[in-house]
Amino acid sequence: MEMNTEENNSKNTVNEEEAANGGNFNDNLHGENLTERAKVLSPGKTVAKRFFRSKLSVIGLVTLILLFAFAFIGPLFSKWSANNGTVLDYSNPTTNSTYITITFTGPDGNTYYGYDVSYTELDYNSLGDISGSHWMGTTQEGYDVFTRLMLGGRVSLTIGFVVVILETILGVLLGGLAGYFGKWVDQLIMRIVDIISCIPTLPIMLILAAVFNSLGIVSIARLYYTFLILTLIGWGGTARLVRGQILSFREQEFMLAAKSSGLSTSKKIFKHLLPNIIPQLIVSMTLGLGSIILTEATLGYLGIGAPLDTATWGNMINFAANARFRNYYPNLWIGAGVCITLAILAFNFVGDGLRDAFDPKMKR
Amino acid sequence: MVKYILKRLLLALLILFSVSIILYFLVRCMPMDFFDQQFAAAVGSGNMSEQDVLHIKALYGLDDNSFLGILKGYWSWLSGFLQGNMGHSFIFPASVEEVIKEKMGISFGISFVSLILELIIAIPLGIKCACNQYGKIDYTATILCMIGMAFPSFFLGNLLIKWLAVDLGWFDPMGGLVSSNLPQDASMMLRFGDMLWHLILPITVFVVLNIGSIMRYTRTNTLEVLNADYIRTARAKGLSEGKVIYKHVFRNTMIPLITMLTFTLPTLFGGAMITEEVFNMPGIGQAAYQALQKGDVPLIMGYNMFIAALTVTGVLISDIMYAVVDPRVKLA
Repeated sequence: MEMNTEENNSKNTVNEEEAANGGNFNDNLHGENLTERAKVLSPGKTVAKRFFRSKLSVIGLVTLILLFAFAFIGPLFSKWSANNGTVLDYSNPTTNSTYITITFTGPDGNTYYGYDVSYTELDYNSLGDISGSHWMGTTQEGYDVFTRLMLGGRVSLTIGFVVVILETILGVLLGGLAGYFGKWVDQLIMRIVDIISCIPTLPIMLILAAVFNSLGIVSIARLYYTFLILTLIGWGGTARLVRGQILSFREQEFMLAAKSSGLSTSKKIFKHLLPNIIPQLIVSMTLGLGSIILTEATLGYLGIGAPLDTATWGNMINFAANARFRNYYPNLWIGAGVCITLAILAFNFVGDGLRDAFDPKMKR
Repeated sequence: MVKYILKRLLLALLILFSVSIILYFLVRCMPMDFFDQQFAAAVGSGNMSEQDVLHIKALYGLDDNSFLGILKGYWSWLSGFLQGNMGHSFIFPASVEEVIKEKMGISFGISFVSLILELIIAIPLGIKCACNQYGKIDYTATILCMIGMAFPSFFLGNLLIKWLAVDLGWFDPMGGLVSSNLPQDASMMLRFGDMLWHLILPITVFVVLNIGSIMRYTRTNTLEVLNADYIRTARAKGLSEGKVIYKHVFRNTMIPLITMLTFTLPTLFGGAMITEEVFNMPGIGQAAYQALQKGDVPLIMGYNMFIAALTVTGVLISDIMYAVVDPRVKLA
């Protein structure tokens, strides 16, 4: 987005210059095409060029595109998915067997152990093996794991965007206020940031889960509410970043120029200060997207995220918390874990690549 | 300097006070009450009346869930806290201070050993990478570190348990600090060896997860130092490369590293809730997790205040350290 607007801006200036100079009059100045010269100067192009020069950021970007395609296009080709959900496999019904250990003392005084086995006839394929039609087997409820993995990505990959955008808006607003106005506004806002950064996140999430349970909020809405509250305690980092940047920019010459040309406060903030922070914001947002995926996975692992019938990567890794599934059905959770790790890794690669690309001091 | 520290300490007290109010109200909003759970069976069978349960709750100041009631409960908690009495844990047969003191040892031991291992591996690696910037070693180490950083702790932990403990049988799949079948009269050596055997996996997880950030931080700082004028001078006067790196670069890289390490204070003493839960380690993190699930109000408050205090202290120490290790920094 950022790069596009900057490119457009540079093209606009070129057109304006051309118009001012009367069309193609000055086009071949010093043997150089003016359009080409303007292109070389465009900051967006420079950033893009530097970004794509780094192998790691390209790997990250490609991984992200593949993951999004996996989540959003993949299920369209799966025969086990319909209406945003997985359908049961009724063609291979299984029999569930439960063992109960019985201990009893016989008439001879010895202790005997026995097993009581009870069979339940199911009409669907429960805990099916890896096969041609189920690439990663099926869950206990009979859902195809591979399809659920694809569908789970839809929630896990996109929820971060909402959270990160909300956090950034709050952080820019409050951090900007603190940095620009200083004095008691700064003191007040930064002390609030200090306080919320001292509240441990995980206990808060566990407490919230209990509160939501008692309020009867058990649908996917629980996940959204949890993240809404997480944004309320998560904007501190962005606010600190924005405040620090604004404090350093406020003292620079271009702000003095803006002040002496009599610009209004809002124009000074939105036209002159904020555009300078956007690179850092984009970097922190990209890295933030990775950490939100981790948070969702953690919530799912602890069983306090989305309800278990909704497929998310966090919910699928929840199987690892159960010793039986962890030890004997690794196909249920390893896929989700790999997806989560890949997504976090890719967001980190892209974030790092963007940071290096935006940094004018970097030589390569 | 003294004035600055005093000011910051006062501020820290204010922050802790605000955190305690927020936490207490949140914890009291938790619907699952320890006493309701505990006496549900007794009430169901008619051995206890609702009145009795309410009476017990009143003894602990947990009976009134209106705003004023919670405020009153907070007041009694705060006055106890200020007198150094954080109350008695519901789920452990000890006072909150004793629970924290006892469990902290295990968490601290694991975190401390991991931290030392991380430093031993990460710092030389970071310097090596910076000296060969964009070389083969640099790329390999950076990619490996980023993969380690991207792993969720519970995924890596369970993966290791499944692979090394369950499939290969090298470790105890049950986790815990000691084997469940270790005889009570086992010798100290045996007990200690058994503990070490159980600690290998959790420590591995900690090291893999945290090594990346320290390595990358060292690398960035070393790169900055390598560009400094005094390094050029050191090279110009004909010092060997080894001497330049270990006498001039390494020492200056340590400055920001020391300040960064103070931020690890909360994890060093406060344990890691999820990793301890995965490996069934009886540390402070697992205790807090159980307390949160069972509504043990005094222990939840005690643990969270402990973490908050560690966070505040960590930030304060790092700010002071900046001034101590770098005389150019002035505290105001």
